[in-house]
Amino acid sequence: MNRRKFLSNTTSSAAFVGLGGLSLNSCFNPTAKKISILHTNDVHSHIDAFPKTHANFPNLGGLARRATLVAHLRQENPNTLLFDAGDIFQGTPYFNFYGGELEFKLMSMLKYDAATIGNHDFDNGIDGLFAQLPHAKFQLLSANYDFKNTIMNGHTKPYEIYTVDAIKIGVYGLGIGLDGLVSKKLFKETQYLDPFEIAQDTERILKEDEKCDLVICLSHLGYEYSSDKPDDLKLAAKTKYTNLIIGGHTHTFLDKPTIVKNSVGNDILVNQVGCFGVNLGKIDFYFDTEKNISADGISITI
Amino acid sequence: MILKLKHFVIFITIVGFASCKQKPQQLTKISGEQIEIGENFKEDSSIIKFVKPFKNRIDEVLDSTLAFAPSYISKTDGKLNTSAGNLMADAVLALSNPVFNARTGNNIDFVLLNHGGIRSPISIGKVTARTGYEVMPFENSVVVVGLNGKAIREMIAYLIKNKTPHPIAGIQIILNKDNSLSAVNIQGKPFDEDQIYYVATSNYLVTGGDNMMFFENHVSITETDYLIRNIMIDYFGKMDTIAPKVDDRFITLD
Repeated sequence: MNRRKFLSNTTSSAAFVGLGGLSLNSCFNPTAKKISILHTNDVHSHIDAFPKTHANFPNLGGLARRATLVAHLRQENPNTLLFDAGDIFQGTPYFNFYGGELEFKLMSMLKYDAATIGNHDFDNGIDGLFAQLPHAKFQLLSANYDFKNTIMNGHTKPYEIYTVDAIKIGVYGLGIGLDGLVSKKLFKETQYLDPFEIAQDTERILKEDEKCDLVICLSHLGYEYSSDKPDDLKLAAKTKYTNLIIGGHTHTFLDKPTIVKNSVGNDILVNQVGCFGVNLGKIDFYFDTEKNISADGISITI
Repeated sequence: MILKLKHFVIFITIVGFASCKQKPQQLTKISGEQIEIGENFKEDSSIIKFVKPFKNRIDEVLDSTLAFAPSYISKTDGKLNTSAGNLMADAVLALSNPVFNARTGNNIDFVLLNHGGIRSPISIGKVTARTGYEVMPFENSVVVVGLNGKAIREMIAYLIKNKTPHPIAGIQIILNKDNSLSAVNIQGKPFDEDQIYYVATSNYLVTGGDNMMFFENHVSITETDYLIRNIMIDYFGKMDTIAPKVDDRFITLD
């Protein structure tokens, strides 16, 4: 925030010299870089913290506290992105009274970078979701919802690429099948496409064509089903370039992120942080120049 | 303009110089943690300030008194029917029938909801719209399904086997001591196997919730678009006193 202000307010001279100096430094002094990915899922309109007397989450959560935490983490590491894996809406009277306006405005205040769309984000209909878009200063990502014949056409992106400290981070979104979960009246002509195929296509574009250093999926498929219904664990095993799946929908509380072998035998992380904004997930990716890499490959500490 | 151009040249030169030595970056290490958001994180005052007027408005609406509950209303105070279940089922029958009648010309014969759908008891004292949100936080709406005699029989068998006080209204089920069926009355008349009955329930149950599979074989289905929560709130608004009782709508004979 301070840095952004500095760049826009100072005369170009200082900024240019500053920038030049930075890249000059990094060239002579190749130190490791750290990218922090912060994430939430299934916040369900939980803007206030839970009361102290709450049976399951006493005195936990709350957007005002999350704001403090996120600001602190960004200060610690400016190379930070913040994402949400869907079901932003529905769960408290804030949604029933204001239709999601507050949720989007507050996420914008926290400087969320992107979110994917959960089934409950259709609860006021696709028109209700569309109506709140002016309040969202972050990108809605969905690669497998085809909104072509809906009012949402052109208002979402399949993926977004963020360049942070010269590291290219490709992020794509996946949504759950809506039939039987959401009334057709609400999602209208939204077409749900096979998430596995779409994920494989999208990660290939991000890695091979766009040359991303890091590929992240925001998924609202759900963590794990015993049936053959698509879930994050099955998805992880089918991917090849995705490094992290940030999940949602099943309100799954994990002790730690799950490590899954992908289709070429490499490790991929699947994470989800429960629900209602009681937790914030934080995954740090460390990058180094080739010559500093140990022979063991990527070490995962969770 | 000249000044700007000069800066541009300097910038390009430095970046060009730097990038020639840039090595490709590679992922080396990943670490993950989950941070619980507790009171150790101070609340951001700008967020609190932003939310306050919205919160005040909600509190004002939700906490205004709609009715009064002279006694505790619970979903565990009866064996096969309860005060909280009877309240919810009676409210659904009373308020969704006008909607169903306007849409189809027919009347609802009875109501079946699920015991698990009642999420909170109602304490003695003032009853507010917030009470409605506590009792029914879910966005379930009332759906009216037409069922034939066979499906109604399956439903009754389910209720007898389940022995759970699922909320009902408009139907009476009387069991003998050995759990065999003594009588079933719908709208005060004995159950007629050859009749189609209109049953109001929740959209959650029609789509297979709580394994109420008998709803699958419906002969008709009508959405009322009326949320059960809104029915509760509207019902509270129509009543001065909310005093449902455990009664004889679903009982076992001594």
